[in-house]
Amino acid sequence: MPHLSPITPHLILCPGEAQGQVLALSEPVSFWGGFDPNTGAILENGHPQQGLSLKGKFVLMERGKGSSGTPAGVTESIRIGSGPAGIILLEPDANIATGALVARQLYGLSCPVLVLTAAHFAAASRATTLIFREDRLVVEEAG
Amino acid sequence: MIELSPEDQRRADGRDGALLQFMQRLVNQAALAFGADRLIDVSFAHIDACHFNGQAHRDFARWLVNEGARFDRVPTWTNTLPVSLLNNHSRAKADPDFVARAREVGEIYAQLGCEPVYTCAPYQLPDGPQRGDHIVGSESNAVAFYNAVVGAKTLKYGDFLDVACALTGRAPFAGLHTEQGRAGSLIFDVSKALHHRPIDETFYHLLGALLGRRAGSQVPVVLGMEGVRPSPDNLKALCAAGAATGGLAHFHIVGVTQDAATLGQALNPNQQPAEVIDLGEEDFAETFTALSPIRSGPVSMVALGTPHFSPAEFEQLADQLKDRQIAPNTAVLVSTSRFVGEIAREAGHLEVLARAGVEVLFDTCTYFSPAVTAASGTVMTNSAKWAFYAPGMLPVSVAFGSLEDCVESAVRGEVTCRT
Repeated sequence: MPHLSPITPHLILCPGEAQGQVLALSEPVSFWGGFDPNTGAILENGHPQQGLSLKGKFVLMERGKGSSGTPAGVTESIRIGSGPAGIILLEPDANIATGALVARQLYGLSCPVLVLTAAHFAAASRATTLIFREDRLVVEEAG
Repeated sequence: MIELSPEDQRRADGRDGALLQFMQRLVNQAALAFGADRLIDVSFAHIDACHFNGQAHRDFARWLVNEGARFDRVPTWTNTLPVSLLNNHSRAKADPDFVARAREVGEIYAQLGCEPVYTCAPYQLPDGPQRGDHIVGSESNAVAFYNAVVGAKTLKYGDFLDVACALTGRAPFAGLHTEQGRAGSLIFDVSKALHHRPIDETFYHLLGALLGRRAGSQVPVVLGMEGVRPSPDNLKALCAAGAATGGLAHFHIVGVTQDAATLGQALNPNQQPAEVIDLGEEDFAETFTALSPIRSGPVSMVALGTPHFSPAEFEQLADQLKDRQIAPNTAVLVSTSRFVGEIAREAGHLEVLARAGVEVLFDTCTYFSPAVTAASGTVMTNSAKWAFYAPGMLPVSVAFGSLEDCVESAVRGEVTCRT
């Protein structure tokens, strides 16, 4: 499996460690209303990836979406164990960061939230697996 | 790098305890996300973290209790709850466990020193924020109302971050807190539509829905309404519709709202002149049709008070229902705050409404309250926000119309649209 050199995130909005298969979302998902925190499934009507589960995935989405309830949706899914392993954004999002930081504080559970540059984001989207450890992102591509 | 005050630094270092250390961290990380380089003092908060919707909300609230949190830094008011703390009865089979948890969370915030107003329309209450104040808003319609109508300054703060800002009294200096972020960048001219359509109650709901859909994350400026004097309820409707259908958090109506005496004042002088988009009659008509798919047939329920009913609306409703009776198979529910409810009671309106068969629901809202989740069939509402959200949350079809149409429909038990 070919490795690229590890990526240093542009921003670390929530620290932690994670490893997961990549799920690159073609459109943002609202963690409040558009997502079932009990199963991790995308509920949003008309979303191109409706029905897919974010559970245990390293989720890439360009930006956040949704309401004041977003942090609670993120925290709840991490608590239940149905949420993403980690979240990578192109545009920073305070709601997603808050949800992951609260899960870390209340439950000691890790779901790092990272912001990458456009080039790194594109590279990470093409990966099969991502590993975030010691503030570096290791990209594994299909061989 | 975010510039911290000595006090921010104290909290961040944990010298004021683990609770404030974490809260400062949430604010700092939010500042990083919003691209702020410093924090500002806030003077007021309206928080949504009290709105239970899962175990995480309760765990967070209980953690605040264990850590000895006190909301004594800035006046902190609570948003609506998913259930009422005052209305014990429920017309539907509410899950008793859910109700108990939701009440526990709502009560915790009151015990910790929040003002237990439990309302999505906090701007109807006295002693709130004033023009120019930096504040923390969370409920989307209230964020738009505070920014555009009151002239206070707030971002839309999500759950938990709202609490962090309230407990530290600090917020990221970014976006709608800054002059540049508050300037209009997209102009909508409604003059053409006004050749065909009066500026009535429904107009504001439709305008809000159009701005929400079309403005994206920009701050829209409305032209063509100079000299019009909308009521606070009209502007409430606009804010709620825009925040529900899109992300409307601030807007200007030239000659009407704060900071928009002229078009020039509403725009950023350092930017290119904004694009002008004409909103015509067809845009309004299309929006109306989308919100109101049902125009006839029996009505099972009439839902009023989204956002919370105001004293003026209670007066209007009581006037229209005096000595009349709601149809036997139709329920009328009005959501409001306990504060406004008390005003309506003292004015004698609640008595008139009770005689007519109207049920008043405090602290909560009909579209998510277990009190009404048994609703089915056609529901009529005078709120574009309700009409937009409810079909996704309740098994109902919606008819949307003016308050007067809602009253006529309730009395006849049939959808009646005159206006």
